[in-house]
Order: sequence, then C-alpha cells, then structure tokens
Amino acid sequence: MLDKTIIGILISAIAFVTVYAITPGLINVLTKRNMVVKDYNKEVATMVARPGGPSILAGILASEFVLYALFPSAAILAIVITTSLAFLVGFADDRKVLGGWFKPLALAGTAVPIILLGVYYPHLAFPLFGSVRIPELYLALIIFMIPIMGNAINSIDVLNGVASGFMTIASFALTVCLVIVHNYDIALASLPLGFVSLAFYKYHKVPSRIFPGDSGALTLGAMYGTIAIVGHVEVIAAVALLPAVINSFLFLSSVKRVIEHRQIKAKPVIHTEDFRLMASDDKSAPVTLVRLILSNGPLTEKQVGFVIFRLALFSAALAIITAFMMGIKI
Amino acid sequence: MRGKPIFFYIFVMWALIIGGGGLLVSIIAPLSIHGFGKFDHIVDSIVKSVIAMILVVLWVLLMSKIKNWIFQKQMSH
Repeated sequence: MLDKTIIGILISAIAFVTVYAITPGLINVLTKRNMVVKDYNKEVATMVARPGGPSILAGILASEFVLYALFPSAAILAIVITTSLAFLVGFADDRKVLGGWFKPLALAGTAVPIILLGVYYPHLAFPLFGSVRIPELYLALIIFMIPIMGNAINSIDVLNGVASGFMTIASFALTVCLVIVHNYDIALASLPLGFVSLAFYKYHKVPSRIFPGDSGALTLGAMYGTIAIVGHVEVIAAVALLPAVINSFLFLSSVKRVIEHRQIKAKPVIHTEDFRLMASDDKSAPVTLVRLILSNGPLTEKQVGFVIFRLALFSAALAIITAFMMGIKI
Repeated sequence: MRGKPIFFYIFVMWALIIGGGGLLVSIIAPLSIHGFGKFDHIVDSIVKSVIAMILVVLWVLLMSKIKNWIFQKQMSH
C-alpha cells in the first residue's frame, strides 16, 4: 500500500508538472502559427490559443507510461490507447471542422481497444440492488459510453476554465470512489486525469490563455469514460459527471438532433451592455446549462463558472455517496 | 442561491438512476421467458432490452418536462 502511495504521488507530480511546464510553450507556438480563436465573452477583442489538447495528452502519456513501467496492466494500455485515439479525433476536428455525426462515430471507434484488450467486466453494478450481467449489451454500453463522456465534456467547454475545472472536480471524485470500492490499481491510473486537468486549469481559467479545443475536451472525456469501464464504476462515474451529461441532454432535447454547437443560429446566451452573460429570450434558442443558470438574471463569466463548479461538487458528493451505497445490499 | 432548481434537477436524475437500477436488477433482470424453444434466450434478451429502452424514454420525457418547468419558472421571475 505504501508503494502504491509513493507511486501515486510520483505519477501525480509527473502529470501536473508536464502540463504546467509544457503549456506556456504550446501557447507561444500556437500564437506564432496564428492558431488562435476569438474569445466571444470578452468586451475587448481577445484572441486565445487553441488547442491545448497536445499538452493534456503529454501529461497523461508521461504519467501513465511511468505507471505502466512500474505496474504493467492491460487496463493502463486501454486507457492510453483509447485516450490517444480520442485526442486524434479531437485534433482532426480542431484542424478541420467536421460534421455533427463525425465525432460520436469516430469516438465509438476509439472504444474498440477496450473490447479487444478484454479489460471490462460485463456486469453493470448498481448501488443497493447489486449487479446485472449483460454480456452483449455491455459491449454496446462501452461503444456508447466513450462518445457520451467525450461529448459531455466537449459540450460543457463553453466558458473560460469550465471544462478543466469541472474535470478536476469530477476526476478527483472518481478517484475517491475507486478507493471506496477498493479498486486501488485503477484509482492510481485515474490520478493523472485530475492532476492534468488541475494544471491545465491554471492557463484555462478566466481570462483564458489557452482553450483545450476538441482535442483537449475529448481526451479528458474519453479517459474518464475508459477509467469508468475498466474500473467497473460506470454508474458512479455517470453520477459525478451529471452536470455535463445534463448539459448535453438539455441541448439535445432542445434541438432534437445531433449537431455541433457552432451550427446553432439562435444563441442561447447573449451579453448585457456591461458584457455580463444573460439568457436569451429567443424561443428557438436551445436550453443549455449556462442558459438555465442565467435564466434568473445576468452573471459574469467567472460567476457562471463558479455555479457550474458548485454543481460539480454537488454531483461529486452524490457520486461518493453512491460509492458507499455500493457496499450495501437490500 | 443561484442555480438552486438545477441542484434539484441533478438530485432527481440521481434518484432516477438509483431507482432505475433497482428496477433493472430486482424486477427486469430476473424475468424469464419460455415457450420459444431454442429462441428463448434471444426473445428473453429482446424483451428485456425493449423494457429497458421504454424506461429510458420515460425518464427522458420526465427530465425534459422538469427542465421545461424549471426554465419557464425561472424566466417568469
């Protein structure tokens, strides 16, 4: 146990320091290459470097490879391969805008290594009631879970610092839950996700110096989904991610089809004269999590971010309660 | 507190996940369908999948109604 604690500290430090050290250089390179996008929520025209996915992936790979060298396991391989493939999908979308269906389908493909490596347990465990064996359906669940988690994180990446801050809270909650259910090996493998998100938050928070882009958001979401599957904590992981899942659900139930946010013509959120965010009263605009938060009145970008973080903390608490409930049978 | 109805929304969704899991594990999973000979296993799986999908659709509709109620209530304020 002491060995694992030391290794946990080591890989956490590697994940954090890699992203913390690489990101400023990445910002410079992206800015020099004119790979910048406008930050629409700033009063003064501001261009922000994008994508930050490469530094996020570097942090994940550096720490997971060290972990693999010390504790070789197929589960770590699955995490590394699926996360890397999801990064490539996101990077392709960052470089060239692709159709609404491209990402879900390509992300479904990134889940294949999990199946090929056989690092799943085809039982779906629920708190209080036990588990149900669903061998065929579980394969479908794997294929669906990675695109859902990836797109959930991507869809919440709408304001400065939200995706990385939210992911920091959700992934540390997931690590705690894995410890509660005594899955220490996967808890170790999940640590880099939280520390990578935390280090990236330093540059992503208001005012952002870099955006994660699709490559960053999909990398974080896919890694989270893979950990949920290989760690056999699918339901708990879904609970910790509820605000992001709800955001995707609200969006889909409003537009009733799979499309990109940028394809929406009616904006869900507009600006006040003092450039605070305000819910649009356009009935054709989709209801998103941010619009729902703002439906009570305008807030600054930073204030909306903190409301989302409070929702993330609430979901994290529910996830931890759910993890404790896994040990109780009625 | 800002976003209070959304906390309620998340709590309802969590309760539905726990309750749905209970239904799935204690009622739907133990169901056993016979009378189709060698197709018993397939019919059994299809029926259970259809019941699960109907439940998902019902939950989606319920969550959608709650979302509309929260949004309209907040906007009217």
